[in-house]
Amino acid sequence: MQPQNRTQPPAITMQGISKTFATVKANDQISFSVKAGEIHALLGENGSGKSTLMNILSGIYLPDSGEIDIHGERVIFRSPRDSMAQGIGMIHQHFKLVENLSALENIVAGTGHGLLLDRKAARDKVIALSEQFEMDIDPDRKIASMSVSEKQTVEILKVLYRGSQILILDEPTAVLTPQEITRLFHILHRMREIGQAVVFISHKLNEVLSLCDRVTVLRQGKTIGTVYTHQTTATELVEMMVGRAVDLAIERPAAVGSGQCLDVKNLTVKDHDGVARLNQVSFTLDHGEILGVAGLSGSGQKELCETIAGLCAPNGGSILFHDNQIIGKSPREIIRLGISMSFIPEDRLGMGLVASMDIADNIMLKDYAFHKGPFLNRKEARAKAKRIVEQLSINTPGIYHTVRKLSGGNIQKVILGREINLSPRLLITAYAVRGLDIHSSYTIYSLINEQKSKDVAVLFIGEDLDVLLELCDRILVLCNGQVTGIVNAKDVNKEQIGLMMAGETLTESEAV
Amino acid sequence: MDVALLIALFLASAVRMAVPLLLGTLGESLTERAGNLNLGVEGLMMMGAATGFIAAYHTDNIALAVLAGMLGSGFGSLLYAILTITFRTKQDVTGLALTIFGSGFANTLGKTLANTNTPEGIRTFAQATPLKLPESTASIPGIGPVLAFIDTAFLQHNWFVYLTFIAAFAGWFYLFRTRQGLHLRMIGENPAAADASGIRVIGAKYAHVVVGGILCGLGGVYISVINVGTYLENIVAGRGWIVVALVIFIRWDPLKAIAGSLLFGALEIVGFRIQHIEALSGLPIFSQYAIDMYPYLMTIIVLILTYARKKAYLGPAGLGVPYFREDR
Repeated sequence: MQPQNRTQPPAITMQGISKTFATVKANDQISFSVKAGEIHALLGENGSGKSTLMNILSGIYLPDSGEIDIHGERVIFRSPRDSMAQGIGMIHQHFKLVENLSALENIVAGTGHGLLLDRKAARDKVIALSEQFEMDIDPDRKIASMSVSEKQTVEILKVLYRGSQILILDEPTAVLTPQEITRLFHILHRMREIGQAVVFISHKLNEVLSLCDRVTVLRQGKTIGTVYTHQTTATELVEMMVGRAVDLAIERPAAVGSGQCLDVKNLTVKDHDGVARLNQVSFTLDHGEILGVAGLSGSGQKELCETIAGLCAPNGGSILFHDNQIIGKSPREIIRLGISMSFIPEDRLGMGLVASMDIADNIMLKDYAFHKGPFLNRKEARAKAKRIVEQLSINTPGIYHTVRKLSGGNIQKVILGREINLSPRLLITAYAVRGLDIHSSYTIYSLINEQKSKDVAVLFIGEDLDVLLELCDRILVLCNGQVTGIVNAKDVNKEQIGLMMAGETLTESEAV
Repeated sequence: MDVALLIALFLASAVRMAVPLLLGTLGESLTERAGNLNLGVEGLMMMGAATGFIAAYHTDNIALAVLAGMLGSGFGSLLYAILTITFRTKQDVTGLALTIFGSGFANTLGKTLANTNTPEGIRTFAQATPLKLPESTASIPGIGPVLAFIDTAFLQHNWFVYLTFIAAFAGWFYLFRTRQGLHLRMIGENPAAADASGIRVIGAKYAHVVVGGILCGLGGVYISVINVGTYLENIVAGRGWIVVALVIFIRWDPLKAIAGSLLFGALEIVGFRIQHIEALSGLPIFSQYAIDMYPYLMTIIVLILTYARKKAYLGPAGLGVPYFREDR
């Protein structure tokens, strides 16, 4: 733990790293270097090889070729143990914690020698560390009872407890509120001050620019370049990531709707244990409007979508679609009422499509209700599939290509194309751009905007607050199944939404 | 005979019947805590019973009999470990195969020894009561009868029985008080998390699956060599399956395993006793076949009751899931 020193070798040097999975070259001759006392961003789209590279650095994957030096010394990592012994700690996007054990047990597991566990010494060390880095954590609480942000703190403590000098964080902010992100950045700054190296994997440009010292950009498994954040801009970084210039502004055409579509009142949904997943949720949604739904994951978004779509039985409340009461009705009954509604679920391949069927068959799936007789009209379906593939420029060898083998963006386009083709009056999308690259995301936004201009009412469940604020007309914020506010997107900022996500309701003067 | 003596004798029998169940439950708990569901307990107990008995018959040495039983069941569980851990086969199917293999292996090996008895030395060991209180204690005024009761119920057993109960305490201590125990629990809950913490997952899985299998095999050794003393075909008689359910009942906790195996041991005794009461055994619900069914019926009832309690521990989260580090 010494201050940075110019003659000191870099904390990490990776040279010519390659790794192939089956036929996919996840890493192709990647070079990457991080200094001690630096926060270094690793930027790239999904599938660019960031996670693979970091999994190699943390000993989870063996590289096919390439060299790794840690503090100037050549190393070979055959397992996470080897990597840890060199002072490397990784915080995975999906936390590697055991829900059933306490924070302390999770932190100490895998360390130390000897038969017995000295809980007291371990506990004291954990508390000392959490004080040093100004974290607030109860070592004796079970992981299962912790919030996502607390779990992340445990992961960081786990790495610090092992005396790691190099910390890798894989998309650490994806699931945090803006306030929690600020706290995390504070911790990372403390680590930089004492000379540790931090690798920050993200695709959120503003975070990268505000937090990190340097950025290395990967694209399709190759290193595109390393730049200082104070010498670059978001536009430049996107160009490096995508390979061409992308307009980062999201359009928001004025809402010109033909009146109310949906009127939800006091909607309540309870789970098997009797815990309310949605509690007295009320809102309205107009035609030609995009209503965004913000909230930490698991705040009731799934239940909200599924009750409206008729997939989940509510425990009370009412849902009026125009003048039809649709609460508690099955999707079939809703269709019979002449209501055209489309739901694009979060789990695209599980709920939205049949992964092992081809595009044409998947597009036919929703047509059954409109045809008579026992036979399928394949000709029509083929024509429709071809049309959708063309209109949405889905990148596929053909309409008989299995959906599973398509990329995330193209899969999303297949569902969206199928649903839009039915000319819905209400479109519900859950995490429409999750796992999509920048280009596909922007295509999806413009498709949603196109629906809005066709007088469709859109319920947009989102996670990226920047996108919600730019795309939606109004934003409904959920916290633990309760509505903590419905605001005009133009009149609020990210911090206010963040506070509502954490359970605070806006005061009268702020509310719209 | 007075009632106290009857109860004490009943308890003594229950303790004896509990031993193979306890050994099996300890073994299977260790195995499952490592994330491996081994349905081959019945087969492992059979292998232990056969190899143990053969050694006992030929050497008349209890240590060699125990060692042979450990080798036999260790071989079986090593096969299971190689298949499920290294080759990541389906654990349930592999376990069932192990049961069939183990039973066949045992019946083939033991064929020539069917219905023979253990030799003199082994029988002496089985009948020894090293912790028995001196006769004189029974006449101590006041506590004499209490001591006599304890003596009859719990202190008329051989070393094997006592060591089994000590093993249960040791198992609990290992699981909840030692570093390795914490690592084991972590592996069973989330092997990827354990691996990321620097714990050797594959090695620990192998060690616990094999040791767990050996404990099951010792249960078999106890049945054939010590408790029955005669080799019979299918001598384990379904106890391996009761063990699989008992593990759930006792929530993978070695201390609770003591209570659970005593309960099921007692139930077996009740079954035996009823068969010998002629007036009752004439009734259809107490017929030989019905009585054979009761342990399993109890198993079903216990499982339903266990799962009806929502809040309780439902077992290692990683149970049954093969672990491969480079899974994407």
